[in-house]
Amino acid sequence: MIETLIKGMDTVWVLIAAFFVFFMQAGFGMVEAGFIRAKNTINILMKNFIDFAFASVMFFLVGYAFMFGTGSDFIGLNGFAMFNANNPSGVPDFAFLLFQIAFAGAAATIVAGAMAERTKFKAYLIYTIIVSALVYPIIGHWIWGEGWLMDLGFSDFAGSTVVHLTGGAIALIGAKILGPRLGKLNPDKSSNVLAGHNIPIAALGIFILWFGWFGFNAGSTLGVGDGSLIAMVALNTNIAAAAGGITAMAVVWFIFGKPDASMTMNGFLGGLVAITAPCAFVDPLSALAIGAIGGMLVVAGVFLLERWGIDDPVGAVAVHGFNGVWGTMAVGIFGLKSMGLKFGGLIEGNGFTQLGVQALGVVTVAGFAILVMGTVFKLIDKTRGLRVSRDEELKGLDIEEHGMESYPGFEIFLTE
Amino acid sequence: MKLIVALIQPHKLPDVKHELFKAEVFKMTVSNALGAGQQKGYTETYRGIVHEINLLKKVRIEIAVNEGFVKPTIDAIIKGARTGKIGDGKIFILDLPECIRIRTGDTGSDAIG
Repeated sequence: MIETLIKGMDTVWVLIAAFFVFFMQAGFGMVEAGFIRAKNTINILMKNFIDFAFASVMFFLVGYAFMFGTGSDFIGLNGFAMFNANNPSGVPDFAFLLFQIAFAGAAATIVAGAMAERTKFKAYLIYTIIVSALVYPIIGHWIWGEGWLMDLGFSDFAGSTVVHLTGGAIALIGAKILGPRLGKLNPDKSSNVLAGHNIPIAALGIFILWFGWFGFNAGSTLGVGDGSLIAMVALNTNIAAAAGGITAMAVVWFIFGKPDASMTMNGFLGGLVAITAPCAFVDPLSALAIGAIGGMLVVAGVFLLERWGIDDPVGAVAVHGFNGVWGTMAVGIFGLKSMGLKFGGLIEGNGFTQLGVQALGVVTVAGFAILVMGTVFKLIDKTRGLRVSRDEELKGLDIEEHGMESYPGFEIFLTE
Repeated sequence: MKLIVALIQPHKLPDVKHELFKAEVFKMTVSNALGAGQQKGYTETYRGIVHEINLLKKVRIEIAVNEGFVKPTIDAIIKGARTGKIGDGKIFILDLPECIRIRTGDTGSDAIG
């Protein structure tokens, strides 16, 4: 009787968390739509819908089996379409599957922002299918599916590496292969601002993501227990987000003399990504430090990418890539052995072993994602084409790819 | 003095600007415009329903020039805007009786250059 109640409570918690994480899809959609120009809004929203749809189908059919199936340290091989699926959680198969589908969707959709305003819709569909059926599940298997990184003691509680670094690394290679948007670079290689068209929508998206992240991190406990762990994770998540926004605002204020809104908002996300891996292994004071550094990293990441001539319209690489790395490493620095780490963090006096394993995970995951998806993007580019034509980019992807406008009846400036 | 008014495809504006800069024409006014010419409209779909929209989006460029610059300016606009397809646009040339620079009070040719 009491076991049934406990299992029921855990299941409700995981399902509610899954619904929260699903809603983050809306957050990504709004952030990306707000930070790009009006003429490409329908295109980015379609990409946000469709990548979740394909992630849902592909992860159900094959992704889950590759990720959580048994087989080898590299890839799982049983449980296709959930027949005889291996379930490492304590909740029913379908609750766990839904939660994992929402994560797969989040990893896929990160990339849309970095490749926005110039990627062909068809090319994006191919990318979506491959990433949610293959690349994300394989990386997930290494870390969460009893794969080789898990065996080594690598710890990523809610997915700084699995979700965010994977998405961020693919975003980096995708933006690099595509090249900058027309008009982004001046002839002397300096950068122009191609300003986002709707900051209030982007702001709403940030709030939605922050809200959804409580499910993303606290739901990754996969159970309620006595409530103390989910309480700590939720608090850590909030503190890191707040600290990230504050430091990003402070740094950009100091450099440019104004508290820039788009940078501050990305700072919140930077703090959230950074706390995702360590959220269950650190105390709130460490979460404050992790988030604070995360916010500064966002500013540094944006400037570095501009210097490298890589055009990331929404800052996805700085937020998810740079902070995916930082959050994973933070486990090896601030992590407490008593919270379930194999070796424990540096500050507690456990030496560099945990940090070393975390670093190995970062390098192999980023390397694998960049290698596989870099090859896929190159192949698409050589065959079907990855980038839209110059005329189409100037006219906007909405009218050319989808045959409609985001704001009919409003005057959209076509002169930029 | 002439006033050159050109109506072009919006996505050709970067090319036209580039050609104008090469011809050392730097002063211009650019605005969004709606209109239709020979090509009487295009279709758009909304929720699966195809409907026709007669007025097309264009960009209007206005440039006031002295006589010597009329030919280079027109050549530059044509070079930048021509694709050979319907919808490339039109150029109108108007006589300009007077021009005054507000800051200095200059008039005529001096005010344009």
